[in-house]
Amino acid sequence: MENFDWLLQGFAEAATPMNLLYAVIGVLLGTAVGVLPGIGPAMTVALLLPITYNVSPSAAFIMFAGIFYGGMYGGSTTSILLNTPGESSSVITALEGNKMAKAGRAAQALATAAIGSFVAGAIGTALLAAFAPAISRFAVTLGAPSYLAIMLFALVAVTAVLGSSKMRGVISLLLGLAIGIVGIDSLTGQPRATFGLPLLADGIDIVVIAVAVFALGEALWVAAHLRRRPADVIPVGRPWMGKEDWKRSWKPWLRGTAYGFPFGALPAGGAELPTFLSYITEKKLSKHPEQFGKGAIEGVAGPEAANNASAAGTLVPMLSLGLPTNATAAVMLTAFVSYGIQPGPTLFDKEPLLIWTLIASLFIGNFLLLALNLPLAPLWAKLLRTPRPYLYAGILFFAALGAFAVNLQPLDLVLLLIFGLMGLMMRRFGLPVLPLIIGVILGPRIERQLRQSLQLGGGDWGNLFTEPVAIVTYVLMALLLLAPLVLRLFNRSEESLLIVEDDKDQKAKASKS
Amino acid sequence: MTIVIGYTADQFGHAALEHGIAEAKLRGTGLLVINSTSGEAYVDSRFASGTQAQDVEARLAECGVPFELTQPVGVDAVEELLAAMDSPEAELLVVGIRHRSPVGKLLLGSVAQKLILECPKPVLAVKPSEF
Repeated sequence: MENFDWLLQGFAEAATPMNLLYAVIGVLLGTAVGVLPGIGPAMTVALLLPITYNVSPSAAFIMFAGIFYGGMYGGSTTSILLNTPGESSSVITALEGNKMAKAGRAAQALATAAIGSFVAGAIGTALLAAFAPAISRFAVTLGAPSYLAIMLFALVAVTAVLGSSKMRGVISLLLGLAIGIVGIDSLTGQPRATFGLPLLADGIDIVVIAVAVFALGEALWVAAHLRRRPADVIPVGRPWMGKEDWKRSWKPWLRGTAYGFPFGALPAGGAELPTFLSYITEKKLSKHPEQFGKGAIEGVAGPEAANNASAAGTLVPMLSLGLPTNATAAVMLTAFVSYGIQPGPTLFDKEPLLIWTLIASLFIGNFLLLALNLPLAPLWAKLLRTPRPYLYAGILFFAALGAFAVNLQPLDLVLLLIFGLMGLMMRRFGLPVLPLIIGVILGPRIERQLRQSLQLGGGDWGNLFTEPVAIVTYVLMALLLLAPLVLRLFNRSEESLLIVEDDKDQKAKASKS
Repeated sequence: MTIVIGYTADQFGHAALEHGIAEAKLRGTGLLVINSTSGEAYVDSRFASGTQAQDVEARLAECGVPFELTQPVGVDAVEELLAAMDSPEAELLVVGIRHRSPVGKLLLGSVAQKLILECPKPVLAVKPSEF
């Protein structure tokens, strides 16, 4: 009941006119950047980090919450109308959504995506409010070895499980960890990787890295492909749904939410798996399986709900453990740090009002999105006509401003350019950005927990495996890493059969000719 | 000889197309229809999509005039049309014109104005009938 009181207080704080205004700005901005391919909520929050210097923490987080949820809505609009999914999580939505739009049912597709996102967002946020405090209460009792294990688990999961290539994930992660090392060693006071530059002794500010990798890297990447054949956008009116659409949508929404939230709440995060599972389930359970692949409304409703519920779920590890598992959460965590708030399990005890205001503003933002997006959908589609040079000139301006504002030192601009070029190269060679940013954020904290546990155990490595939670986490990690290998071993027989068949075919063809 | 048409996938481009066809029939010349885009935005509603381009080709084919339709991407519309008019074959440029507020002109410039002023050969500026 105590939590409910806090939530009400959070609502009272979030519903002041000024904070509501920030919520509206965040929601509008979030949807706008979600609609534009290439610009995501993570980049936007990174660009807006400098406002944390003169805006109250609650106002800033209310805005970031709006951007976080808004980006999800905007992404679905682009997937449906343009068949260009902005993020990997909306790939599945594009499958059926774009087919529906081509068949003249764009309005219904947008409506089921928006209302489904609202339903999933509301349920997900309610679950977040219910579970996060309990998890954080449990997490406070954990010692350094358990924390270390959980953080390592998040690193491994984000690197190896998400994304297409493990190798690329590992490269990106190592880059991030290397950047995290720069600075004075907290234990011995020795400078590490500072190249003799005294300015680097404090380490490289995460804001600079986030802005460089997300904003500058993307801007350079777009500049390298500036002129392209325009995509065919499907014109759309006001989204609406008929009775039949409602009937076919409400169950997929709930099932999608049930898939999305637990997957998001795991420290592994990621919305790809739940959206995919939701799609498969809807295809199996649907009364109109023949429509799948041709524009079935269930195929939009389920995955879109799963996507949003998983977004709400990723806030569970972030608020209760201080563990970010997606890019936007990672950048939001940076904002906590720049306010001098230590993210971690003590967050609910130390900053209860701020956290509950954030959760309350998630509810408010979610509602605002529904109210704004249904009537404004045609306007959002028009946003796609903005010429890229104008857009990215603005982004570069804010990126430079933001990076310079952190410490007011010109060296940060040089670093911005260096890491921006690195961001460009990462996109060029298909390296995922998420492991890098998680590595930069978690690297120093993992190091601290590791050395703390080793010190407590008098330098005995066995001390890392003394807590039950730690051991369970390591076992899970091993399973996570070994499962694909074992599966491949089982599948090998089939694969080799296929190869042999191919071989036979080839020989048969060769003998014929 | 050919008549060059600056085509856009809207009523102004349609007006230019129709007047261009009429002029080509009258003069007994061919048609070069250019529909270009700078390719800078994700979506350019004046750039004819696949089906729209097919409609234009069908319309051109039914009027029996020899024609060519090109859709260059990543070029400046004015430069592209002026380059086409540089050819000794080209004798007339047809463009659709629209109302532009002074502020809009200041910000975005006017393709029609540049073409009318800079093209060395005659330019036929037309409006949709409902304007």
